Amino acid sequence: MLRGFVFGTLRVPLVVFGVVTLTFLLLHFAPGDPASHLLGPGATTDQIQAVREALGLERPLVMQYGRWLTRAIQGDFGASIATGRPVLAMLWEAWPATALLVGLSIILSYTIGMLIAAVQATTRRRGVDGFLSGLTATLAALPGYWLAFVLVMVFTYVLRWLPGFGAAGLDADYLRPWQRLMDRLTHLALPLATLTLIGIGTAARYARGTLRAVAREPYLMLARAKGAGYWRVLFRHHLRNGLIPIVALLGLSLPALFSGAVFVEGVFAWPGVGTVLIQAVQARDYPVVMAATTVSALLVVLGSVLAEQLVYRVDPRTRA
Amino acid sequence: MNASSRLGLLLLVLFAAAAVFAARLAPVGPGDVSDVVRTRFLPPGTVDDFGVLHLLGTDRLGRDVWSRLLFGARISLTVAALATVVAAVVGIAVGATAALVRPATAFLLGVTDFSLAVPRVVLLLLLASLWQPGARLAVLTLGLTGWMPIARLAYAETRGQLGRAYVDGARALGGSRFRLFRRHVLPNVAPSLLAAATLGLGSAVSLEAGLSFLGLGVQPPAASWGTMIASGRDTVVNAPWVGLVPGIALVLVVLSATLVADGLERHR
Repeated sequence: MLRGFVFGTLRVPLVVFGVVTLTFLLLHFAPGDPASHLLGPGATTDQIQAVREALGLERPLVMQYGRWLTRAIQGDFGASIATGRPVLAMLWEAWPATALLVGLSIILSYTIGMLIAAVQATTRRRGVDGFLSGLTATLAALPGYWLAFVLVMVFTYVLRWLPGFGAAGLDADYLRPWQRLMDRLTHLALPLATLTLIGIGTAARYARGTLRAVAREPYLMLARAKGAGYWRVLFRHHLRNGLIPIVALLGLSLPALFSGAVFVEGVFAWPGVGTVLIQAVQARDYPVVMAATTVSALLVVLGSVLAEQLVYRVDPRTRA
Repeated sequence: MNASSRLGLLLLVLFAAAAVFAARLAPVGPGDVSDVVRTRFLPPGTVDDFGVLHLLGTDRLGRDVWSRLLFGARISLTVAALATVVAAVVGIAVGATAALVRPATAFLLGVTDFSLAVPRVVLLLLLASLWQPGARLAVLTLGLTGWMPIARLAYAETRGQLGRAYVDGARALGGSRFRLFRRHVLPNVAPSLLAAATLGLGSAVSLEAGLSFLGLGVQPPAASWGTMIASGRDTVVNAPWVGLVPGIALVLVVLSATLVADGLERHR
């Protein structure tokens, strides 16, 4: 356990370091000059030169990189070119929204997905299994931004039940505490539903395979022969053993989940890291892009280390 | 192949045929605009004042959605298919080299694992924003961010085959490592690699549309499913079909790819 933990935590800085280096190189070898972008088409060569020197773009690449890295380690990501605000403050406000959205959707989609898969693995009716397989395959095939579009169309424009963008209403500051909570929850509903519906599809499709493999194990037959009921066999013996590969998958699927969240955040204007990233990319706001990439890599890698720790927890054999 | 994967294959073939014969199937061109005020936002199935039947309605400029869907299939499916080829070639090369060339194993597997840990959309956004967005860039970025699952599979499958007696036999006859892989290992691992590539095709279609949706892929006014969904978002109230139709086509393609991949996986 300790060995795994040490290797796991060592991987975090390594991967984040790699992502940061890659981003840095990509930014610098891309065509286009941030200085001329900043000044607009009317700038003279002298002005561009002055800004390039002020931004430190005239120094050797290695030195620029070293400077950015030492500052980033100290928590200084510079200021946004588009808004002028410190990048760290922007991301500090953004990451809890992303973590809330992705975290809740993981919990919900894996719980519901596993229950669907459990029904599929234990049912004797092939029609039920086939129907659920079709359903989960369809859910997994839905592109997030399009499902978001459909949900907004139905629940915001046709039924007028739920708000279609943002994380809080314009009047949120004037509401009483419980009203503010309701306001938050209704704003959370559609982005969360989008991510969760797709997540259920992926989770159930994978869980069906592992749970069907466990279903053939003789210890399930033994448990049934001893007289244990359907639910007891399911929860005590079946799901517990099927859980291990599913938790492992959770860690591997985190980058994909985060990627999906970027699109969904963008569509719903959910104030998370994904929205910050999309806006920064569209405005060529280099310091923000660098920092948002770093933070997203950090979130993903930390999450996968967490999932590995979860495997240790649910599988006693790996604890030795 | 069971019934559902046959259905998936049929759908994929139909979509490919629709893309190839787009010019014959479409009543008008994808960018054709006549009288904007008289032809815009026509619901599906209406005949406009000029006698043109709009099977799936028109968008805000009076462009025929059915025609745009067909020509959009051309762009979206071509980009996705080429990206999948790039991903498959890179993935098989990396995976096979890692399995066959001992000194490179740890390094290549490390690179693969690292690339898997990078959120794909973040990288896509970065690449698409820095260079001029367009179809060629979309192929490259989607291909170069999608090879890792194929590389992992190619590595695992090749390692699995290397221990078999027939590989030992071929090696004893003096075949080089490259020949060994191409003539003996590759045919045996091809079905599962094909399954992985088909799955990759589905996600490439979806991601290409996503990039175009954000304005970072194929650029309007060219018809691609992503740009169509993006323009449908603004007219969700008065013309929901503009965004619904390309999305349904997208879901059908991704679903078909999944079904075909499932069938291939079960078949091997």
